[in-house]
Amino acid sequence: MLAGMMYMEDQRYLELIKQRAPKTRHLRTMIAAFFVGGFICCIGQAFNDLCAYFFPALNPSTIKQIVPLVLVVLATLLTCIGIYDKIGEIGGAGSIIPITGFANSIISPAIEHKREGIINGVCANMFKIAGPVLVIGIVASVLSGIIALVLKSVT
Amino acid sequence: MLITYLRVFVVGGSICLIGQVLINTTKLTAAKILVIFLLSGVVLEVLGIYQHIIDFGHAGATVPIVGFGSLLAKGAMSAASERGILGAIAGGLETVSVCLSAVMVAGLLSGLIISSRTKK
Amino acid sequence: MPASTIQLKSRVLIGAVATLAGPKESQGPLKKHFNKALRDDLLGLTSYELAESKIHESAIRYLLNKTNYMPQDIDLCIAGDLTDELYATNFAMRTLEIPFVGSFGACATYGAAIALAARIIDASVFKQRIICSVSSHFSTAERQFRFPLELGTQRTPLAQWTVTGAGAMLINKTEGRIRIESVTFGRVVDWGVKDANNMGGAMAPAAMNTMIRHFKDTRRQPRYYDLIITGDLGHTGALLLKQLMYERSYDLDQTNYTDCGVLIFDRETQKVEQGGSGPACSALVFNAYVYKKLLEGSIGRVLLVTTGALISKTSCLQKQSIPAIAHAVSFERI
Repeated sequence: MLAGMMYMEDQRYLELIKQRAPKTRHLRTMIAAFFVGGFICCIGQAFNDLCAYFFPALNPSTIKQIVPLVLVVLATLLTCIGIYDKIGEIGGAGSIIPITGFANSIISPAIEHKREGIINGVCANMFKIAGPVLVIGIVASVLSGIIALVLKSVT
Repeated sequence: MLITYLRVFVVGGSICLIGQVLINTTKLTAAKILVIFLLSGVVLEVLGIYQHIIDFGHAGATVPIVGFGSLLAKGAMSAASERGILGAIAGGLETVSVCLSAVMVAGLLSGLIISSRTKK
Repeated sequence: MPASTIQLKSRVLIGAVATLAGPKESQGPLKKHFNKALRDDLLGLTSYELAESKIHESAIRYLLNKTNYMPQDIDLCIAGDLTDELYATNFAMRTLEIPFVGSFGACATYGAAIALAARIIDASVFKQRIICSVSSHFSTAERQFRFPLELGTQRTPLAQWTVTGAGAMLINKTEGRIRIESVTFGRVVDWGVKDANNMGGAMAPAAMNTMIRHFKDTRRQPRYYDLIITGDLGHTGALLLKQLMYERSYDLDQTNYTDCGVLIFDRETQKVEQGGSGPACSALVFNAYVYKKLLEGSIGRVLLVTTGALISKTSCLQKQSIPAIAHAVSFERI
């Protein structure tokens, strides 16, 4: 009976797993993501407004560059003191998708690999998670630039 | 004032909510989620839609990684119209350079000082 | 009897056991059973790998102290863990002058080591003493198989928590009251589960395969055993195994069946989702809890089925399914 049952894709068993597996708490995680994500964005807006209030001389485009900077520093601090992973456990996508999540995905492998040295550990692993994001993002930006060029020459 | 923050909250929260639905239903990892949202930002910017979302949601649209993607595309497209092909290649990276340099400095500094701790 | 299950001809006995449990484990339901509980899982060392190595070494030293043997009195140590190239185990062995064979069977290593050691002792005419030991560490496993510790990710409902700790067992022919009666080595079974978070689902068919072969070879029913305990299937994995066994007319519900991964943590309060995993999971639960019950005499016959998901980072990225293995060892009070 057991012969020939070692290596096979047993569809019936995979179906059974689906039935028995605990269900993802969709509603709870979605609400958490909504509130955590919304809150982080509000922090960004607050920095934006504070900058505009205290430094009226700054033009809006400079402020727009300062806000992500501040959020990156904030996320770095929270990652370093071990709080961001706890926010992530609650917020899920709400803490991954804001720019703070991007920073967390760079800082966390950096400090994880401190023990393997600065060059081979910290620097080599810093973009382990965010590297693909940057590669695809920059390639896509070049493509969109070329699209803009083509459209311009057509019109 | 309050209505602005409500808009920020709702737009930012909704983008994250879509991400959570993706995570829950497809089991994508953080890296793939970030890639998908960044790409959708680029596409929405190229189609000229994202600026409307930013006008409505302010930081709610710029803080998520989607905004980062739109910034990349916006930079590349405006530089392309000014400087041609070289602008198209460099423009995207130029607009996000502040953020990228900052995150690298932060990463190296924290990697020099801090070691990760175990979870409880 | 077919070669699949090996019944030991001589008396092969458990001389002594030792357990070292990490901070989270020693807050769990089995806290009062461990020999030693660690308050800090880095032990003041520079890396978690070195800490795991130290934990492994300490467990073996604790066992030697308990039995008053010198390292020279031990003929062989069969040991393993989860890290790449058995980092933790190899480094632990540097300071112990014991002949050593490294063994990797993922989370099934403990059962494999015991089964091998029992076979070797059974076949030898001399007085032999073999130590079987395993270790695992949440933080080394997490960085090797999953994400950096500080990355903000959500644990899926099917995730398991790698146990921090080490367990060691001395097997000999002369001392002890618990006998190793028979062993069934596992076969690699792969039914196409691809979700690396669902290790319980991947391992349940392997556990079923080994269990059924054991029952058929020995012509026993599950009821023969006072306790059947699997390694780290977790809550859902254990349910799946029960279902698979039931479909093949072995009803585990009518026996005292449980899983080490379910016992070691409190699922309600410790946020571990499915339960514990890792080689140390079965080692800690068997050494601290089941062995004690056997000695007390509240149970007489135990079947330990350690289960291992033979997953690698590379195979996972190449979208391969997860092969699994399970080794069964039958213990008897004499």
